[in-house]
Amino acid sequence: MKKTGLISELKNTVSSQIHRYTMIIALIAIWIFFQIVTDGIFLTPRNINNIFLQMCFIGIASCGMVLVMVAAQIDLSVGSVIGFTGSIIAVLIRNHNMHIVPALAITLVIGLLIGIWHGFWVAYMGLPAFIVTLASQMIFRGGVMGVTQGSTIQPNNNAFKAIGQGYLPSLFEFGKYNTTPLVVGIICIIAYILIEIKTRKTRQSYEFEVSSLSSFILKMIFMSVVIYSVFVVWALDRGIPVPMVILFVVVAIMHIVSRRTPFGRHVYAIGGNSEATQLSGVNVKLTMLLIFSLMGVLSAISGIVYTSRLNSAAIAGGTGTETDIIASAIIGGTSPSGGTGTIIGCIIGALVMASLENGMSLLSLGSFEKYVIKGLVLLFAVAVDVQTRKRRGIV
Amino acid sequence: MTDYILEMKNITKRFPGVLALDDVSFRVKRGEIHALVGENGAGKSTLMKVLSGVHSHGTYSGQVIFNGEEQSYRNIADSENAGIAIIYQELALCPNMNIAESIFLGREILSKSKLINWSEMYKRTNELLEQVELDINPETKISHIGIGQQQLVEIAKAVSKNAELLILDEPTAALTDKESEHLLDLLRQFKEQGVTCIYISHKLNEVYNIADTITVLRDGQSIITSKKEDLSQRDLISHMVGRELEDMFPRVYQKPEDVVLEVENWSIEHPTIANKKVIDNISFSCKKGEILGIAGLMGAGRTELIMSLLGHYGKKICGTIRMNGEEVVINNSSDAIKKGIGLVPEDRKRYGLVLHQDVKFNTGLASFNDLSKNGLINDNELISLTNEQVNKLNIRTPSIEQLLRNLSGGNQQKNVLAKWLIRELSVLILDEPTRGIDVGSKIEIYNIMNDLVAEGLAIIMISSELPEIIGISDRVLVMHEGKFVKEFSKDDVTQEEIMHYATGGI
Repeated sequence: MKKTGLISELKNTVSSQIHRYTMIIALIAIWIFFQIVTDGIFLTPRNINNIFLQMCFIGIASCGMVLVMVAAQIDLSVGSVIGFTGSIIAVLIRNHNMHIVPALAITLVIGLLIGIWHGFWVAYMGLPAFIVTLASQMIFRGGVMGVTQGSTIQPNNNAFKAIGQGYLPSLFEFGKYNTTPLVVGIICIIAYILIEIKTRKTRQSYEFEVSSLSSFILKMIFMSVVIYSVFVVWALDRGIPVPMVILFVVVAIMHIVSRRTPFGRHVYAIGGNSEATQLSGVNVKLTMLLIFSLMGVLSAISGIVYTSRLNSAAIAGGTGTETDIIASAIIGGTSPSGGTGTIIGCIIGALVMASLENGMSLLSLGSFEKYVIKGLVLLFAVAVDVQTRKRRGIV
Repeated sequence: MTDYILEMKNITKRFPGVLALDDVSFRVKRGEIHALVGENGAGKSTLMKVLSGVHSHGTYSGQVIFNGEEQSYRNIADSENAGIAIIYQELALCPNMNIAESIFLGREILSKSKLINWSEMYKRTNELLEQVELDINPETKISHIGIGQQQLVEIAKAVSKNAELLILDEPTAALTDKESEHLLDLLRQFKEQGVTCIYISHKLNEVYNIADTITVLRDGQSIITSKKEDLSQRDLISHMVGRELEDMFPRVYQKPEDVVLEVENWSIEHPTIANKKVIDNISFSCKKGEILGIAGLMGAGRTELIMSLLGHYGKKICGTIRMNGEEVVINNSSDAIKKGIGLVPEDRKRYGLVLHQDVKFNTGLASFNDLSKNGLINDNELISLTNEQVNKLNIRTPSIEQLLRNLSGGNQQKNVLAKWLIRELSVLILDEPTRGIDVGSKIEIYNIMNDLVAEGLAIIMISSELPEIIGISDRVLVMHEGKFVKEFSKDDVTQEEIMHYATGGI
C-alpha cells in the first residue's frame, strides 16, 4: 500500500490534471529547446530578466483581456489604446512639463473613459464588441498620430523611466549581488506556504477532496524552488524590476477579483449563461460596462509601462500587440467562447509568447519567421485545448 | 376498397431512455383532412418527423407506405421529392431573405446562362401568392411580414413543390382569429383540389371545424381513429387524457390565509402583431401556504405571464402587482428577487444554470452580492449554505465542487431550487418543474414543494402535465390564448374539464 501510494497518486494527479499543466510543460520545453539552440545564452540571468521585462506590459493587459473573453467578448483595440495612453503620458511629461503623479492620474482616467466608452456601446447599445473595438482600433490609432503630431516623443524623465526600466535598490551589501530579491523571495515563499496550508485546512474542514500529505508537501517544495529560482535570477542580475512589481500587484488583484468578488463571479456566470445570470438578478449590462472599464484602466497601465520601457512614444506604438495579448489569454486556457479562463493561466501564456519572441530574436530570426511561428503556436495551443475538451466531454 | 394515400404501420421509435412511439399505426385517406391530436409529448411531432424523414429510415422500426409504395426516406429532401410537405410550428424561413427567395430556396429558377432568373421567380411567386390569397410584393423581406403571412408563404412554398400531402403542425398557434379562419378556408380549397392534409392541433374547435377524420395519440400509442361525426368532444378528451391518477402526488394541504401576491388587470401587447394580446387582462392572487396551478396548452401564454411578472418579458405591459397588500414595481429580475420572488424556469439549462460551473457556484448565483463582506465573497458561508441545501434537498452529487453538467436532470433541477432557497423568499414560481425528470425525482420535488408551503411560502406552478397539476395544486387556473378562462378548486377539478377549457371550450 505505502509503497505504491505516492507514486500511483502522483501518476493519477498528473494524468487527471495534465490539461492544467499542458502550458507549463510546453513552456519548459520551449526553454530547453532555446537553451540548446542558442548555446546556453537563453537561460542566463540577464536574458531571463529580459523575457520578464518583455512580458510585463502584455501580461498586464491580458489580465483584463481574460475577463473580457470570459464574458464572451473581445477587445481588438487594446494595441491602439496602449499606444494612445502611452503617447498621452509622454506628451504630458515632455511637452507640458507635468509632474509624474498628475500625469499618471490623467492617463489612467483616460483609460477608464475609453473602457466606459466601449462598455456603453457593447452593453447598453447592444453592438458586438468585435465591431466596437475594431472601430476603436482605428480611432485611437488616429489618436496616437494626433497626440504625437507624427513625431517620436522621448519623455526623458527619471521618475517616469523607473516605471518600465527601474529596479528595486539592494537592501544591504552582499558581494556584487542585489540582496532585495533574496529577502523578498523568502517572504514570498513563506506567504505561499501559509496560504496553501490554510486553503488545505479549510478544504479539510469541509471534507472536500485534498491530495495526500506527501504529494502536498512535494508540490510545495517544488513551487518554492521555482519561486526562489526566479528571485535568485534577479539577485544575480540587477534586482527586482519595477514593472514586475506592477505586474505582480495587477495579477494579485485581478486573481482575487476574478475568484473572490461578486463582480468576478458574475463575469464567469455571464460567459457561461448570460440569460440564467440575468434571471438570477445580476445586472448584466452594468457588469459588462465594468468589465470594459477595467480593461480600459489595465490598457492604460500597460501603455504607461510600455512607453516608459522604450522611453519613447511613436505613431506606431503598440501596433499589433493586441494579437499578442489575445494570444496570451487563449494560450493560457481562456476560451474565446466565454465562461472559462484564469489570470494565472494568461500570465503563463504571456510568458510563452515572450519566450518565443526572445528566443527567436537571439537566433536572429526575422519578422517573417517570428510571425509564422507565433501564429502556429497559437493555432496549436487552441487545437490542443479543443481536443482535451472533447476528450473530457465538454464542448 | 378505400384508397389510402399514406399508411404508417407499427412505427416504433426510441430515444435514449424514452419510448417515443410504441407500435403506432396511422392511415390517411386520399383527399381528406385528417386531424392528429394528443397532449404535449404524446408523440405527434415524432410521428411526423418519422414521416418526413427527419428521423431517417433505419432509426425507427415499422413501415411507411406512401401512394402504395414502401418508402425509406433518409432526409426531408427525400420526402419532399415524394410529394410530402411539412410546415412546422416554428417556421423555417430565413428572415433576411425575400418571399420569392424563400419559396425557391435550393430550387432557384435559372436562366440559360445558369444565373438566377429573378423576373421568372417573381412572376411564379406572384402566381403562388395569388393561390394562397396573399396580396403582397414578392420582393418583401420575410422579417417585414407577420407570422400569419409567413405561414401563408410556407404554404405557397409547399404548393410550389406540388405536394400531395400537406402536414401542418399547430399552424394557428400564433395567428389571430381572422388569420386562422383564412387559413382554414384555404385548406378547404386545397382539399377540393385533391390535396390531402394532416392537421395537428390543440384547438379542438378547429379540429371539429375542419377535419374529416381524427386520430388520437397518447403516450406514444395510437388510441383511436374515428370519423369526426362518430366521436364526441367529450370522448375525444377522455381518449387524450386517458390515464388514471396514480398515487404519486403526496400532497399535504395547508390552510392558506394571507394573500402574498396579487396581480390585477395584467395585459401585454404582442411584440410584433398589432392588436393581439399575449396576455389579456389577467388577475389572480396567491396565498401563503398555497400551491396555485396554472394549466393550459403550449402557446397559451403561461410562460410569458410569469416572465413578464419578473420583468423579463414584454415591452408594453399594463397592470399592477401587489405584495402583502403594497403595490410594487418590478422592472427586472433583480427587483423581483429583492421582493422575494424566485423563478425555477421551464428550460433550466438555458435560463436556470451555468452548466460548466459547480454546485456551489450555481447555488450562490443569485446571492454573490449578499454573501460578500468588504467586497469579497464569504466562501465559508456559501459552502455551509450549499451543504445545507444539498442535504435538505437530497442533491446527489459527489461533491459541491462537481460541475452541473455531470448531474442528472433531477439533481440539476434541485440545484436551481437551492439557488432560491438560500434566500428569504415569499413566492416561488415553478415553470414545468418536473419536465424531463425521472419519476423518483418528481416525487422528491413534490415533497420539497410540500415542505416549502408548510414553511409559509406561496408557490405558483405551471405545468402541462394534467395529473401533476391536479395532484399538487390547491387551486387550478386554466389559461387559453392569454386569458384565464376557468378557475377550479382542488375538489372539483378533473382532467377532462381542464382539457375542455384549455382547448377553447366554454
